[in-house]
Amino acid sequence: MGPDRLERRAVISGIGQSQVGRRIYRDPLELTIEAALEAIEDAGLTRDDIDGIATYPGNQDVPPGFSGVGVTEVQDALRLNLDWYAGGLESPGQLGSVVNAVAAVATGLADHVLCFRTVWEASAQGSKGRQAVTMGGGATGSGFRASGFMQWTLPFGAASAANWIAMMAQRHFHEYGTTREQLAGIALNARRNAGLNPKAIYREPMTLDDYLSARMISTPLCLYDCDVPADGSTAVVVSRADAAPDLRRPPIRFEAVGTAIHGRPSWDQWDDLTTMALRDAAAMLWSRTDLRPADVDVAELYDGFSFITLCWLEALGFCGKGEGGPFVEGGERIALGGEIPLNTHGGQLSAGRLHGYGFLHEACVQLWGRGGDRQVAGDPEVAVVGAGGGPLGGCLLLTR
Amino acid sequence: MTVTATGAAMTERPFRVLPRVDERNEHFWRGGAEGELRFLRCGPCGTWIHPPSPVCPSCLSGDVAPAAVSGRAVVHTFTVNHQPWIPTLDPPYVVAIVELPEQEGLRLTTNIVGCEPEEVTIGMSVEVTFENYDDVWLPFFRPVPGGG
Repeated sequence: MGPDRLERRAVISGIGQSQVGRRIYRDPLELTIEAALEAIEDAGLTRDDIDGIATYPGNQDVPPGFSGVGVTEVQDALRLNLDWYAGGLESPGQLGSVVNAVAAVATGLADHVLCFRTVWEASAQGSKGRQAVTMGGGATGSGFRASGFMQWTLPFGAASAANWIAMMAQRHFHEYGTTREQLAGIALNARRNAGLNPKAIYREPMTLDDYLSARMISTPLCLYDCDVPADGSTAVVVSRADAAPDLRRPPIRFEAVGTAIHGRPSWDQWDDLTTMALRDAAAMLWSRTDLRPADVDVAELYDGFSFITLCWLEALGFCGKGEGGPFVEGGERIALGGEIPLNTHGGQLSAGRLHGYGFLHEACVQLWGRGGDRQVAGDPEVAVVGAGGGPLGGCLLLTR
Repeated sequence: MTVTATGAAMTERPFRVLPRVDERNEHFWRGGAEGELRFLRCGPCGTWIHPPSPVCPSCLSGDVAPAAVSGRAVVHTFTVNHQPWIPTLDPPYVVAIVELPEQEGLRLTTNIVGCEPEEVTIGMSVEVTFENYDDVWLPFFRPVPGGG
């Protein structure tokens, strides 16, 4: 494959994850430190080795529980000496922070970068119902005025990505004949896999009837098309590839990254509402490798809403454009023993909304053969991870 | 009397979160005072611009100014929202992205009013209708009689 791709100079050396749950009411910084120390130890490193931090979206108070922990808090808590760091919301989805880390080690700005994503949306929600995660402005109290993108949606009661994604799903249903029964395949697959994951939040079996009779959130999306708010932190350490001799386990390589967005950066102005920015990220990913979709052994694809996963499957070429419905129908192709095992930990739909990083963690678990009851057979060597929906999308092709 | 997003008549309108009006978006949010749906349009090349931007995205001219469109549109996609996100804005109500005939891809998010949620379909012809809240006029869309 042509030139030496920059991402090949970086590896994943370790992973960590805190306690994950609903309303566990723990300090999000404490959760973050738990995940971070586990990842550093997993890599065979100490905190003295960490000279970089990357995170998404950085410390922000709104929406409640969406973050609350940034670079600054973690650096100070662990007294890290940093040569490079970055945190922020404007990136190719949640995995954009990992790509930042890859770029930093590949260009010699850092040797070992701690990447993390922390959420505590379940505790923030408390006993109240689920609130909309409003990008770029959260409050809806008296006197509040919407600005930025939200001004175009909030006045019309389109407060949540649930509404915006639902309209994309509806358009896909219209153009391609996709059905709720087909979309159910993604939610049921997630629940089936969650049953094999001790850390998953919802593990009890779900049937197609359960799915079809669930209450509607925003047509055609029902409750089980929406991920479950959770508390938890996930961390990975991105290291220089030539640091491998110092590491505890054979590192996971970055074969290719996808970070592109060529269409308009908007939930409602995007050119083709049957797909998303992930279309461009996926195309870029394949342009940077000789591997093809048929080479992928496991796929961990964002399911903030089930329909996003359908779009990732199409964009990455596991099926043709518009063919996502028949592809996931019945769930056989995407099951643990299927042609492309999908969201093997239960995804955000059933394992909990760890917001992108849960998929990356699980891809590493599978490539290292640490999946226990949910381990994909055949010693998987290639995993694809995609995170983000709407105008946010980034993806990674990982190998060991 | 007014018409809610569900099409039901009532005397008290629901609470809505309103946009912060500034120089860049004022033509859009207050055009309804004169019964006009307005977007920025490029003088030299005629491109309609939404959301507003100080330069034309096609030719980069800074010569852009508000202009009225016909107010007709087609439902590009929609959803019937059932979740009570916002206090007093009671579901179900229809959120839609409508596309205007003036330019391919000229779209906005809105509510479809004046019909039952189950009557809304993709491809349906609609027309703008404004509702005044404080200092803004929200552009909703309703079915065009006999519009198919």
